[in-house]
Amino acid sequence: MTTAIQINRIHKHFGALHALKGIDLSVEQGEFFALLGPNGAGKSTLINILAGLIKPSSGDISVLGFDVVEQYRQARQLLGIVPQELVFDPFFNVREMLRFQAGYFGRGPENDAWVDEILVGLGLADKANTNMRKLSGGMKRRALIAQALAHKPPVIVLDEPTAGVDVELRQTMWAFIKKLNREGHTIILTTHYLEEAETLCNRVGMMKQGELVALDSTANLLNKFSGKKLSLSLGEVSLPEAIRPMLRGQEKGVHTFALTDMAQIELVLSSLRTANIAVADMQLHEADLEDVFLSLVGKQ
Amino acid sequence: MPAFNKLRDAFISATTISPKYRGPWTLLKKEMLRFWRVGFQTVAAPVITALLYLLIFSHVLEGRVQVYQDVLYTVFLIPGLIMMSVLQNAFANSSSSLIQSKVMGNLIFVLLTPLTHLQFFCAFLCAAIIRGLVVGLCIYLVAVCFVDLPISQPWMIVAFALLGSALLGTFGIIAGIWADRFDQMAVFQNFIIMPLSFLSGVFYSIHSLPPFWQSVSHLNPFFYMIDGFRYGFFGQADISPWISLCIVTTAFLVLAWSTLKMLKSGYKLRA
Repeated sequence: MTTAIQINRIHKHFGALHALKGIDLSVEQGEFFALLGPNGAGKSTLINILAGLIKPSSGDISVLGFDVVEQYRQARQLLGIVPQELVFDPFFNVREMLRFQAGYFGRGPENDAWVDEILVGLGLADKANTNMRKLSGGMKRRALIAQALAHKPPVIVLDEPTAGVDVELRQTMWAFIKKLNREGHTIILTTHYLEEAETLCNRVGMMKQGELVALDSTANLLNKFSGKKLSLSLGEVSLPEAIRPMLRGQEKGVHTFALTDMAQIELVLSSLRTANIAVADMQLHEADLEDVFLSLVGKQ
Repeated sequence: MPAFNKLRDAFISATTISPKYRGPWTLLKKEMLRFWRVGFQTVAAPVITALLYLLIFSHVLEGRVQVYQDVLYTVFLIPGLIMMSVLQNAFANSSSSLIQSKVMGNLIFVLLTPLTHLQFFCAFLCAAIIRGLVVGLCIYLVAVCFVDLPISQPWMIVAFALLGSALLGTFGIIAGIWADRFDQMAVFQNFIIMPLSFLSGVFYSIHSLPPFWQSVSHLNPFFYMIDGFRYGFFGQADISPWISLCIVTTAFLVLAWSTLKMLKSGYKLRA
């Protein structure tokens, strides 16, 4: 089966800046894939190359076998991209925008039923005849997603689609996107909400400074970093030297330690006892994607 | 009823756009709807402006200036004003649409589509031509209510109106691609389009100018468009309309070629 997206040794230079340093990545059809990384990691540059908005310095990307530069018409026909910026055309209402967007891809009146389905699926049905200018930020974001889906593309790229969207709207949106994924659409997601990637995606790629530093299934990544987190309420204290390297965070007197095995609990507690530091409260958590992310790419 | 159904089906099939051309047709439709939605600003306002010029100049100069034999000054003025409005509005349509879409960021919706650079060009160009011609036609229809305007060579009128609006529509696309801010676009409007259109012989014949300024006028492409367009009405012109037609056609082809090269390279649109 042809891969949905095949990225081969992509480099991108912006003057002296080497923004992408030879990215290799393939996303299979039907996958729900997350591309994570701190700001400036190169995620948007990679997506913009996929969209044809930026030309790669070298390397190639194909969408369902079509090269995004040489066969850009076929490649773009198969792609629906939700841009990161909240942009809209102030002259038209939501339904008009969706019809135009579908029309650019050669879809005509026969596509209207699909447009209605998107409007309902994304909770935009009652705003269909509202001018884009009059929509709230969250509604504009949903209209932006609807535009990317208007021509029913098999590969959908969502570049931080939930930024500025409230929880309820986010859930409606994800329910619809998950339905599309179940129907066979490939979804590529970049997000700053790591719990979203953990819940939704089968596979995760993590980028740092233009390089792919991790690429695996979500489950494998969590297993690889299967340590636990120990949160101790200690107040404002100076920690013993022996346990400082394990400290991952400190907020309002609560110190969080990363443990690679359970035996380290005793090490932490005995060090604290020796230093005469009292523990007011204690909690033990499983590692999540955020821990994996922080381990690999560091704090933003 | 079968005859009616046959007729209806024939009409539907004749007016249904093939999926192959739906992309550029949709972009053209959107561009036309964009200027039509603000018709007071894009059509009514330039018509009123042209009629004000006509009122003021004809009131001041009628009877004092005789440009062509047996042609009243007011009648002489109308084709020039029509053509000037056609040119200015064709430029304004493509340039303003592109700069607005760039500044607001919504041009991305078109850039993400499979439209080719030629289809992109044709859609913006046709919308510019249509707006230019709609404004020109409105001025003509209002003017003929008050003035008896002859038509000597209708095909010349059509040819110059089409070529002129196409030339300025293309120039508008170049300006829209090049400019990153509204003030950069204002440079085009105020320092290129306005001076060239006012110094093109809209209000006078270049034969009334000193020899030096006559020579300078020959460097102004707007002069050929207006002179050729006026020839279509009166059968008289400052220079041969065939020379004007050749110059305008060549200028359009050169600009169109340059614009297509810009679009193909992604200049200022794709990094």
